[in-house]
Amino acid sequence: MSVVFTLALKEFRDGMRNRWVAATIVLLAGLTLAVALLGSAPVGTTKASNLAVIVASLSSLSVYLVPLIALMLAYDAIVGEAERGTLLLLLSYPVSRWQIIAGKFLGHLAILTVAIVVGYGATAAIASYSYISAGEIQPLVSLIGSSILLAAVFLALGYLLSAMARERATAAGMAVALWLAMVLLYDFALIGLLMADTGHLVGERTFASLLVLNPADAFRIFNLSQLGVGSVAGLGGLGATVAIPPAVALTSMVLWVVASGALAYIRFGRRDP
Amino acid sequence: MAADRRMPDGPVSKQAAPASVDAAGFGVRLDRVSKAYGPQKVLKEISLDIAPGECLALLGPNGAGKTTLFKLLLGLVRPDGGALEVDSVQSTAPVFRSHRAAIGFLPENVSFHDAMTGQELLTFYARLKGVPAAQCPDLLERVGLADAASRRVATYSKGMRQRLGLAQALLGRPRLLVLDEPTTGLDAALRQTFFDILRNFKDAGVTIVISSHALTEIEARADRYAILQGGRMTAIGTLDALQQESGLPVRIRVQIPTGKLAALRKIIANRGTLSPQSDGRVEIACAPGDKVALIREILTSSIPVSDIEVRSSSLEDVYAHFSARGGQA
Repeated sequence: MSVVFTLALKEFRDGMRNRWVAATIVLLAGLTLAVALLGSAPVGTTKASNLAVIVASLSSLSVYLVPLIALMLAYDAIVGEAERGTLLLLLSYPVSRWQIIAGKFLGHLAILTVAIVVGYGATAAIASYSYISAGEIQPLVSLIGSSILLAAVFLALGYLLSAMARERATAAGMAVALWLAMVLLYDFALIGLLMADTGHLVGERTFASLLVLNPADAFRIFNLSQLGVGSVAGLGGLGATVAIPPAVALTSMVLWVVASGALAYIRFGRRDP
Repeated sequence: MAADRRMPDGPVSKQAAPASVDAAGFGVRLDRVSKAYGPQKVLKEISLDIAPGECLALLGPNGAGKTTLFKLLLGLVRPDGGALEVDSVQSTAPVFRSHRAAIGFLPENVSFHDAMTGQELLTFYARLKGVPAAQCPDLLERVGLADAASRRVATYSKGMRQRLGLAQALLGRPRLLVLDEPTTGLDAALRQTFFDILRNFKDAGVTIVISSHALTEIEARADRYAILQGGRMTAIGTLDALQQESGLPVRIRVQIPTGKLAALRKIIANRGTLSPQSDGRVEIACAPGDKVALIREILTSSIPVSDIEVRSSSLEDVYAHFSARGGQA
C-alpha cells in the first residue's frame, strides 16, 4: 500500500508543480462563475430555482470538460513514461503493474478532486452569498461528487489507451477520438436513432439502457434526477422522463471505472518495457 | 560452483568462475534462454552461470542482445524458451517481485522525471524499495551529487544523471547489481570513482553484471567476460582463459646487439616468429603457453639482453578475435 501511496503522492506533486491543478481550477472556477452570473438573468419565470439552473448548466459543462481534462492527464501515464525511458527503471523496482496504475489513478484523481471541489466551490460561495437556502446545496454536492466519479471513469479509460498505444502521439489522438465518441457522437447517434425510429420499434427501456450505458449520459441523468428538472438540459432530460433511477446511473459509472481499470491493467501487463 | 555449460555453438572456457565464499550476492543461472520479438530472435539459447559475488562483464556490439538479457535478469520480460533463475528463484515467478528490492539496476541512458530534484527523486526510489530515506544524503554524497541535491534534475548534465542513476541502483542492500553501460558520460576521474565504488560492493560479495563498450576500462575489473554476438554467446571466461583460447600470440620485445639476431633465432626455433622493429628491437610473437619458457631461455643464454617487454593480447584483441569468429558463424 505504501508503494501505491508513494506513486500517488508523486503524481499529485507533479500536478501541483506543473500548474495542472492551478490551470484546471482557474478554468472550472472561471466557467462556473460565468454560468452563475450570466445564468441568473433569464431564469425569472421558470419553476426551477436559481441553483438548480446553475447546477444544470454546470453539469452540462462538466460532461464536456471533466472527461477532457481527465483524458489529458491520463493518456500520457504509461506510454509517456515508456517513451521518456522512466518506465523501465520503475518496473525494475519491487513494484507491480497494478500498483503503478492504482498509484497514478489516486494521484490524478486527487488532482481533479481538488480542482473540482475548489472550482465548483466558487459557485457555492457566490450562490450562497446572494440567493440560496442551505437545503438547496445538496444538488451541488451531488454534482461535485458525480463529477469526481466521471473524472475517475475517463482517467481509467485514459490509462487503457495509454497502455495500448506505442507512441504518445497515438495515445493523444486516441484520447481525442474517445472524447468525441463518448461525449458528442454517442448522443448524436441516439438522437438519430430516435428520429429514424418513427414506428417506435426501440422501446423506451431499450433507449434508456442505451443512454445509461454511456458514462457521460449516466452522469447527466444522475444530476438531473437530483434536480428534478429533466426538461432543462437536452438529451439527458430524456433519461429523466424514462425514469432511470440515479443509483443505476451511478452504478454504470462505477462499472466503467472498474472495467476500464481492469483492461488497462491487462494491457499494461502484456506490454514489454 | 559455477562451471560453464558447453554452448551448442561457439567456444567455451572450461575455467570455472572464481570461488566465492561470501553468500551476500545472488547467484544467477540461465539455461538455454531464448527471446524473440516477432520474427527477430534477440537471444538464442544462452546458458550461463554467474556465481554469487562474481563480476561478469557482458561485451558485444549494439543489438547483440545485452539489454534484453538485462530485462530478462530483472524479470521484466519472459523468456520464450529456457529458464532463468536468480538466487534459485525463477524470474517469471510472482515471488520474484520481492527479489527486486535486492537488485540494483542502472539502465542504459537512464532518464528521470526532470521536474523533481535529485534529493526528491532518490527519496522517491528509496520509498519504492522500502529503504529508509535517511540513506539518501549519504548516497548522494558518495556519488558526488551532494551539492546538486536540491537542484532539479532537468538542470543536470549527462554525467550527473548517470551518477544519480548509480545512486538509485545502490539503494538498500543490493545483492545483485545490473549495470547497463554505466560509465557513458562520465569523465576519467568519475570513472575511477565509479569503479572504486563498484570495487567496494564487489568486496562485500555483491554479484555484478555490467555491460560496457569501453573495453580498456573494463579490462582487469571483471572476473569473467562474456561476448554476445547477434544473440549468441560466442565466448565466456576469464581474461586468461580467453587469451589462451583465442590463441592470440604474446609479443615479447627484446633489445639485443644486432649481431645476436641469429643466436636468438636459434633459440626461438619454430616456437614463434621474429620481426626486427624500426627502433632496433626485435619482436617475438609466440603462443601464450610458450611465453615463460622462451623468456627463460633467452635470459639465460649468452645473448646480452638490455631490455625486455612482454605484452599479452588485450581484452580488445580478444574481443576482436571472438567477434570476427562469431560473425562468420
